[in-house]
Amino acid sequence: MLKVNIARFLPQLKKKNKKVETRGKGLILFSETSEAIRAESILKKAGFDIKMVAPPYHLRKGCDLSIEFNIMEQLAVERILKKLGNPPLDIVPITEKMLEPVNILRETDYGKWIMIRTANMKLTFDKETKIIVNISGGGCPDVPYLANEMIGKKLEEAPSPRELGYTVCAYALNVSFENAKKWIER
Amino acid sequence: MLLLIGTLPIEGLKLHTGEATLDNGKLKIGDKRFAVIRGTPAMMAACCAICNAYNLDNPYCIVAGDIGAGDGSSSIYNYLKDNLYLLEPEVCAFHYIKPVLVAHNKVVDAINKMNKKPILIADAGYMYVAKMAGFASFYDIFTPDLGELAFLADKESPHPFYTRGFIFHMEDKAEELIEMAYKEKNAPKVLCVKGKKDYISKDGKIVKIITKPDIPVLEAIGGTGDTITGMVAAFTYKGLSLENASIISAKLNRIAGKLTNPTPATQIVDIIERIPLSIEKF
Repeated sequence: MLKVNIARFLPQLKKKNKKVETRGKGLILFSETSEAIRAESILKKAGFDIKMVAPPYHLRKGCDLSIEFNIMEQLAVERILKKLGNPPLDIVPITEKMLEPVNILRETDYGKWIMIRTANMKLTFDKETKIIVNISGGGCPDVPYLANEMIGKKLEEAPSPRELGYTVCAYALNVSFENAKKWIER
Repeated sequence: MLLLIGTLPIEGLKLHTGEATLDNGKLKIGDKRFAVIRGTPAMMAACCAICNAYNLDNPYCIVAGDIGAGDGSSSIYNYLKDNLYLLEPEVCAFHYIKPVLVAHNKVVDAINKMNKKPILIADAGYMYVAKMAGFASFYDIFTPDLGELAFLADKESPHPFYTRGFIFHMEDKAEELIEMAYKEKNAPKVLCVKGKKDYISKDGKIVKIITKPDIPVLEAIGGTGDTITGMVAAFTYKGLSLENASIISAKLNRIAGKLTNPTPATQIVDIIERIPLSIEKF
């Protein structure tokens, strides 16, 4: 039976996409989205309080992610990113309010299968075998590539879109992927 | 000429062009054969199926390998900038291409220099960049799903992943979102919105809502939106109006889906194989 459930994710609805305060914040810019995704992993592992956001309009070039952080930590952030081979293109103070990514998930129950959706990216897996059976949505070129690499594999064995992907669509798919893994642990 | 453009998820594939046909379950472009999977191949294969059924010219395709790094997209943008006017297409469908604002705008410049502006259809990454660049109204048809419609409706969103929450929650109110997209000038002449209900709107007014056959699992199957885009391109090239091309494509997609007796694990190639039969059942 088809059932759409977003209530399961109510705590995340509170964190819904919104404009945020920017005083004392800086923005780390990268030449490629994939570098921003790598930098997020590095900085989170190092314990920095960061957030992925859309760059402001005048700094956008297309498919972009950037990182909001406490500008007081600029030197430390630059140092660790350079040391780990992922230097930023630029770091600028934030002078306007930023858009955060969608954190709202939707879950559609198809009986034997369940579909987890984040923004435009949908991942469907078999509840019993935990095998990913389909990936739909998205529009960046790495999405069909990721679908090829992930479909037919168990959730715990499939490659992570965070590791293989390059774009904002891959980042969104990764959110669905991580939440699918959480679903099977419940 | 019916021109289809997009990347294929094949690392290292150089820019490749040629007439496309369906060949024993594969998509043949020029002298190369490709698997019919979600994304650009599904769009091109569905278009070929319609062209074949109605004895239309085979579409001419421009593809390049890109697994997300943007190399193939870049070669496509450059090729279009320099060669589009030579091809003189009547209909162009742009698909999985990495959004790059500057490169997109150069393609717009190239189109503006053509003797006759083609009918322009955009989906996937190319639709994202068209909206981001503020050029949505330059195009004739967009084929978004509901998440992408919310992105079009949000004047501040640079990508569907950044659509503001209060808009994302309006997905059950597609008609309002369509109105917002037109109001913000983030919609082309015709929107073909793919979802549980397919909404076809023209110049801000909904002209058709398609609900049957109702096959909820199609949303989970990667490529079921791509096939609509390919069919819209073919029917537009056949001479149907933008809105009628969208209506018939949305209906055929549902019928082909139903004929497959799909589950969420069904793959798009199975649905495309049933497009000819869906025309008979229409």
